[in-house]
Amino acid sequence: MDLQSAWAVAAKDFKIFKRKSQIIYITIAFPLAVGIAFPLIVQYALYNAKSHLVGGLSITGLMDAFSVWFLIGAAIIPAAIASYSLVGEKIQKSLEPLLATPMTDGEILLGKTISGLVVPLAAIYAGSAIFMVLMDLVTHSKLGYLYYPNWHIGAILLVAPLICLFSVELNIIISSRINDVRTAQQMGMLSALPFFGLYFASEFGFFAFNDSNLLILAGVILVVDFVVFFVSRATFQREEILTKWK
Amino acid sequence: MIETENLTKKFGDLIVVDNVTLRVNDGEVFGFLGPNGAGKTTTVRMLCCLISKTSGTARIGNYEVGNRADQQKIRRMVGLLTENVGLYEELSAYDNLDFYGRFYRMDEQKRKEQIEYLLKMLGLWERRNEAAGTFSKGMKQKLAIARALIHDPQVLFLDEPTANLDPEAAKTVRDFILELKKQKRTIFLNTHLLDEAEKVCDRVAILKTRLIAIGTPQELRRSLSGRKIKVQLQRVDDVIVEAIKKIGFQVSEITNNGLVIDVNDPEKENQAILKAIEAAGGYVQFITETGSTLEDVYLKLVRG
Ligand SMILES: Nc1ncnc2c1ncn2[C@@H]1O[C@H](COP(=O)(O)OP(=O)(O)OP(=O)(O)O)[C@@H](O)[C@H]1O
Ligand SMILES: [Mg+2]
Repeated sequence: MDLQSAWAVAAKDFKIFKRKSQIIYITIAFPLAVGIAFPLIVQYALYNAKSHLVGGLSITGLMDAFSVWFLIGAAIIPAAIASYSLVGEKIQKSLEPLLATPMTDGEILLGKTISGLVVPLAAIYAGSAIFMVLMDLVTHSKLGYLYYPNWHIGAILLVAPLICLFSVELNIIISSRINDVRTAQQMGMLSALPFFGLYFASEFGFFAFNDSNLLILAGVILVVDFVVFFVSRATFQREEILTKWK
Repeated sequence: MIETENLTKKFGDLIVVDNVTLRVNDGEVFGFLGPNGAGKTTTVRMLCCLISKTSGTARIGNYEVGNRADQQKIRRMVGLLTENVGLYEELSAYDNLDFYGRFYRMDEQKRKEQIEYLLKMLGLWERRNEAAGTFSKGMKQKLAIARALIHDPQVLFLDEPTANLDPEAAKTVRDFILELKKQKRTIFLNTHLLDEAEKVCDRVAILKTRLIAIGTPQELRRSLSGRKIKVQLQRVDDVIVEAIKKIGFQVSEITNNGLVIDVNDPEKENQAILKAIEAAGGYVQFITETGSTLEDVYLKLVRG
């Protein structure tokens, strides 16, 4: 495995991403939305006595619930980006010349995985940094201590890459059958559904994103990651790509 | 340099390349002709280790196609111009080439020199920083050829390098192929342009799933259609044509003042033909031998 080749593939993708406005918007909009909008909502809830936003949830419960958006982002952002990098190559028919180089399938796949992971993770970690700082700023006088950083968000930020990986590999499988970036993106975003489900379940009290549940979730996603990885690896074979990818 | 024996590819039950045996010598430009769907691209993909062969053997240099250990070595020594240019439209011409250079263990300096050499050679150097997507078809094709040459490969596979190009762009590309030929590279050229094959190839093969002919363009012309003479007359009429047929010759083409006659041995037979024409009242102005074109041979073979 030649990591330099894989990195060259990823670096090339980054250069292309820089020219895609949609990718730039997503990577900037997400951290801003999650990092700024949520603390503002908490601020509003705290200082407007009449607000029923806090309802049954405590402030900290609200913050925990909002942080789940980093998991949803981890499923959605790679779907938006990886489809560009794979369906894009397919449409431009640039995979065949790439496959004609001495690179192995694994190296190309690794490069694609890196380029699919790095940008979303950067957006998520940047967003979470803003999120933690602003949340502390908004809540520390009410709580009397700094809520962040804590194990909860730590666990979330550890699970996020696993979800990103799941989303990227899923996209590789989707891209082998789909010839249109929009469609591939939409299908990839379906991978966020389970996390939406968990989010709403937690909002209504059916599921708690506590540390032990996060750990179980991490375990489940890890297993799913392995499965999706092997399927994507089987899909991403020279001959398969050239003769069966339609 | 390239050698195949009974090379075969099946997709399911469909035989796409059937027992192809051929040999391409070092430094030779080899034309691989055939109609659409003949299996040219499939053959090249097998030789470049992009898809597996179903049976038979193939060698590039000292390496064995299909041998796991040799695959990468083969891909390292060959350059492939794919049927579709497949450039990264968002990237500049320079970046497109630089990206590929990285996979052949070329350091930055080496890549820089090679890119400059190729782009200058193909007249694209001035536009190296423009996105490939803004290039015309001909420029894209040239850039894709440069990409195939980035690592200075000994063996070059060109899959229809002048398809979709206007005559002028096609000529630039052909001239470049001739230039590459001077550098003693082995070139395997897929094309369905006979004229092109005739201009640049040392030898050609005609493929239609099976190999139906192989040889130099001249050899093919000779072996497959006999010789022909063209007689220019003051005036052609039926009496003359009948007179020629009567002494046992085929008239393959009749115009206002000319006839093309199939012959076996014009040195001996022309005298009799001339006499027959004169006896029928014809007046001969010129008589020349015309070779049948590669196109005649091709059409005859391909149509079976
Ligand atoms: N992946 C595939 N699955 C099934 N059949 C295929 C596949 N790829 C190619 N074929 C068939 O193989 C035959 C040869 O195709 P190929 O592309 O090699 O022809 P070609 O000589 O390059 O034609 P062209 O001049 O149109 O480029 C065609 O009949 C094609 O339909
Ligand atoms: Mg073809």
